[in-house]
Amino acid sequence: MINQTNRKKVVEITNLKKSFGNQVILEDISLSLYEGENLVVLGKSGTGKSVLIKCLVGLLSTDSGTILVFDENITSASGKELALIREKMGFLFQSGALYDSMTVRQNIEFPLRRIKKELTEEQIEEKVKEVLANVGLTDSIDKMPSELSGGMRKRISLARTLVIDPKIMLYDEPTTGLDPVTSNEISELIVEVQKKYKTASIIITHDIKCAQKTANRIVMLDKGNVFKEGTLEEFEKSNEKLIQSFFN
Amino acid sequence: MRKVLATVSVNKTKEKILKLSEKTITKKEEAFSFFTKISDVVLFLTVVFKETFSRDFEFKEFLKQCYQIGYKTLPLISITGTIMGLVLTIQSRPVLIKFGAETMLPSMVAVSIIREMGPVITALICAGKIGSGIGAELGSMKVTEQIDAMEVSSTNPVRFLIVTRVLATTLMVPILVLYADALGIIGSWIGANIKGDVSFVLFFAQAFKPVEFIDLFPAIIKTFFFGAAIGLVGCYKGFNAGRGTESVGKAANSAVVLASLLVIIIDMVAVQITDMFIS
Repeated sequence: MINQTNRKKVVEITNLKKSFGNQVILEDISLSLYEGENLVVLGKSGTGKSVLIKCLVGLLSTDSGTILVFDENITSASGKELALIREKMGFLFQSGALYDSMTVRQNIEFPLRRIKKELTEEQIEEKVKEVLANVGLTDSIDKMPSELSGGMRKRISLARTLVIDPKIMLYDEPTTGLDPVTSNEISELIVEVQKKYKTASIIITHDIKCAQKTANRIVMLDKGNVFKEGTLEEFEKSNEKLIQSFFN
Repeated sequence: MRKVLATVSVNKTKEKILKLSEKTITKKEEAFSFFTKISDVVLFLTVVFKETFSRDFEFKEFLKQCYQIGYKTLPLISITGTIMGLVLTIQSRPVLIKFGAETMLPSMVAVSIIREMGPVITALICAGKIGSGIGAELGSMKVTEQIDAMEVSSTNPVRFLIVTRVLATTLMVPILVLYADALGIIGSWIGANIKGDVSFVLFFAQAFKPVEFIDLFPAIIKTFFFGAAIGLVGCYKGFNAGRGTESVGKAANSAVVLASLLVIIIDMVAVQITDMFIS
C-alpha cells in the first residue's frame, strides 16, 4: 500500500448524497484519493459506483456534500470553472464512447484541439502518435470506431483521455464486456498509465482480477455507503460475507 | 342489519372518495409532467439561443453539417421536386383544357409550386430525412455516452452538436426549396411536353410572367422557419432520448412526427400573415 501520510489529497469527497426521485443511490459517501495511487471502488451492480464518478466530473449534480478536486469544489463550480477542472481529469467510459462519425485520429485530436489550443499541427500529430504507441495501436490511426474490436475501442478511448495529460484518471468498468485475455491487457495498461503518466486513478469495477492487478487501495460500496476501505490484503483476509462473495 | 348496511354504505363512500382522490392525483401528476415538459422546451430553446451567439463558434462542424444536410439530401429533393411539377401539370391539364385555359398552365403551376407546393413538400421531406437523422444520431450518441464524453472533454455539446445542426438546417432548407422549385418547373415543362409541344423558353417566360415579389418573398421567409423547426425538433428529441437503444428509434420517430406537424402549423400561420399584408 502506498504510504498516504506524505501524499497530497487530489480528490476529497465528503458526505456525498445523490438520489434520483425517491430512490437514494448514494447515502453518505466520504472518501479520498491521493496523488499517484490507484483506488479501486468495488461493489455490486446498482450500488452507485458509476454515479459516484459521474458526480466527480460534474456530469451529475449532487444533492448534498462536497467534492474537492485539487482543492476546488466541483459541486459549486460554475460552467467555466468546471471546464478548467475537467481539463485535469480523464474519463474512460464503460462503452468507450468513441465518436462514431470520426476516425481514431480525429477522436484523439478532438479534446487536444479544444483544451491545448496553443499546439501546432506538428505537435498535435506527434502527440496523437505518441499516445497511440502507448496503447499499442499505432496502425489503427485512420480506422473508424466501427472497424475496431471491444478491446481496441477501450484502448483508443484510453488514448483519447491520456492525450491531454490528465492528473486524475477515472475508469468506469474498464474490463466489462471483454474476454479474460483482453481484460488482463487493459488492467496491465492501467498500471502502466499510473507509472508513466503519474496519474491518480479511481477504478470502478466488479472484476476482482482487475482490482487485484491495479489496486493500491480498495473501497467497497454497499447500499449507498462505504462498506469497507483498506488494502487488497485486508480485503482478501476479511471475514465479511459481502467481501468474501467477491474474493472467493 | 341496519348497522351492517350503514357500514357497507360508509365503506362504499370511502372507496369512492379514494378513487376520486387517486384520479385527482393522476391528473395533478399529468399536469405537472406537462408543465415540466414545457419548461424543458423553454430551457432548451434559451440555451440554444444563448449558445448560438457565443464567441467559440464551431465553424468546421457547421460546414460539415451543411454538407450532410444540404448536399446529401439533393438526390431525394431532385426526384421529388421533378415529380411534383410533372404530376401537377398532368393532373391540371385536362381541367384547364375544359375551361379553355391551357395557356394558363405554366403560370398556374409556377405560382402553386413557388408559393406552396415547393416549400411545404420539400420541408416535409426534410423533416423525414433530416429530422429523423438528427434525432437518431444524437439519440445514439446519448445512449453510447458520446455526449457525456464530449462534456468531459471541456466541449460544450449544445454548441458543438445542436447550434451547428440547427443553423445548418435553417440555411440549407431554403436552398433546397429553391432547388426543388426550379426542378418542379422543369418537371412541369416535361409534363406539358408529354401531350403537347411547348418550347423551354416560351414555357419559362409564361411561367414567370405572373410571379411577383409577394409570391416569392413570404415563401422563402417561411422556409427559414421550416428549417429551424426541423433542426430544433430533431436536436431536442435526440438530446432528450432515454438511456436504452429503444429510445433512439422513439427519438427519430417523434422528431419526424413533430417536425412535420410544425411545418404544417408554420405554413398555416405564414399564409395567414401573408394574406393579412396582401389584403
